[in-house]
Amino acid sequence: MEALIIFVLAVFIGYEVITKVPPTLHTPLMSGSNAISGIAVIGAIICAGADGASWFAHFLGFIAVVLAMINIVGGFMVTDRMLQMFKRKKG
Amino acid sequence: MEWINLAYLVSAILFILGLKGLGSPRSAPRGNLLGAVGMLIAIVATLLDKGVMSYTWIFAGIIVGSAIGVVMAKRVQMTQMPEMVAIFNGFGGAASLVVALSTYSIVSGGNTTWAIALVLSALIGAVTLTGSVVAWAKLQGYADKAMTVPNQGLWRAGLVLAVLILAVLFVRNPHGGGFYLFALSVVALGLGILLVIAIGGADMPVVIALLNSYSGLAAAATGFVLNNYGLIISGALVGASGIILSQIMCKAMNRSLGAVLFGGAMVSEDQMTSIPGKEFYEGKVKSCGAEEVAMLLENAQKVIFAPGYGLAVAQAQHVTQELATVLEKQGIDVQFAIHPVAGRMPGHMNVLLAEAEVPYDKLVEMDNINPEFSQTDVTIVLGANDVTNPAARDDPSSPIYGMPILEVDKSRTVIVIKRSLSPGFAGIPNQLFINDNTLMLFGDAKAVLQDLTRAVNEL
Repeated sequence: MEALIIFVLAVFIGYEVITKVPPTLHTPLMSGSNAISGIAVIGAIICAGADGASWFAHFLGFIAVVLAMINIVGGFMVTDRMLQMFKRKKG
Repeated sequence: MEWINLAYLVSAILFILGLKGLGSPRSAPRGNLLGAVGMLIAIVATLLDKGVMSYTWIFAGIIVGSAIGVVMAKRVQMTQMPEMVAIFNGFGGAASLVVALSTYSIVSGGNTTWAIALVLSALIGAVTLTGSVVAWAKLQGYADKAMTVPNQGLWRAGLVLAVLILAVLFVRNPHGGGFYLFALSVVALGLGILLVIAIGGADMPVVIALLNSYSGLAAAATGFVLNNYGLIISGALVGASGIILSQIMCKAMNRSLGAVLFGGAMVSEDQMTSIPGKEFYEGKVKSCGAEEVAMLLENAQKVIFAPGYGLAVAQAQHVTQELATVLEKQGIDVQFAIHPVAGRMPGHMNVLLAEAEVPYDKLVEMDNINPEFSQTDVTIVLGANDVTNPAARDDPSSPIYGMPILEVDKSRTVIVIKRSLSPGFAGIPNQLFINDNTLMLFGDAKAVLQDLTRAVNEL
């Protein structure tokens, strides 16, 4: 129940914050939220590092860590690349 | 409260502040950095968690994943951002699916809530994975059009039913029901393909935004499985972001989300038959040359560019900016009118123009630029079509009636730079091209703009 409350409140915060992002930055917003959805890496780490789990579980965890890390590193870096383009010149 | 949840709280706050930073181009790079720091904190905290015992697989995964991420982020071209976001959505979904399956093979049993969360995590993750791969393939041009599978509706209903049955079987017996969970994942993979394959290229911006949302929701569901607040909060933020963007895109195309997901093509077959062919344009189109346009620009005080994705296809962003700079040097007020679906994903055109060093304060969104057209001397339409069609505003019988447009036709003169009179995504002729105040300048956008810049300089 606690988890559900946290989830619902977080959706509301997300809604409030994201409606304020201007259309100019919608692509960086998407690549940035790609990076944030890489938070699945937490679950992946827990699986890949669990004590006494089968090698199959560890291997699945490894795959998940790889996928989530691509999202995180790729997502934050490409977002930064775009944002620097917006920054470098003012009218 | 355990210290690890405290760490997740800190990273959640940093994510929220990071997204808040995206509220303006100036604060955005710092916001992005805050988000990255938040992620680092979450990762380090998890590594230090007492449940994590062996690090070999973890560090191998971190190194491999980071390396791939760096290469992708450095290599990708801005025109390919939709593909990259699409495939990243898929990776996010896949990660959640795999975590769900891995968790089950470690814990294999819990209460009903746990089982439901596991089902959702696997289901949303799987649909996001294959749906994103199909979206990516469509954006790459492998499967451009909406494809219909025979008996599509039946297949869809069948797969949804199968998912429901397998879900119930698993939730009723989470201890021994591992087979059902794996079977459900496989069916969901098929469902993801089926859901996206029928959607046409014009609707891809909506689909990518929606899959973006799914990848967040899948992560949140994984959070419910692991009872991990870090995952729940971050997943919810991404879920909200994707939903908002897909709503914005739908509104910009005057389509409902339901119509995009289940309606197939933008223009129905009935409407197709009543669409006029080539005779629509016959004898009514005025074409002109670069010199003529240069003369018009010479006498103009206010010029607006209305770019569409055709501009990016012709790789003409940089020449456009060159022309804009030349015009500005002559004291002409230059702006860019950006329709929300000008690119192939939300905000895409802005990024493409920012890359060509167009200052972001020159990029004006539709609602703000529309009142300005009536005071504009020359509007140059570059590779945009349907989003400038006045029929969407004036002709209730038009298939795109009601779609918000850039009202370029209200400016004194409209120059349309286009290779031919071929229709846009909607497949209908454009009223704008036969208007009295419209001049067509035929040719490849890049070459035409180079000619135009030269002609303006020579005057």
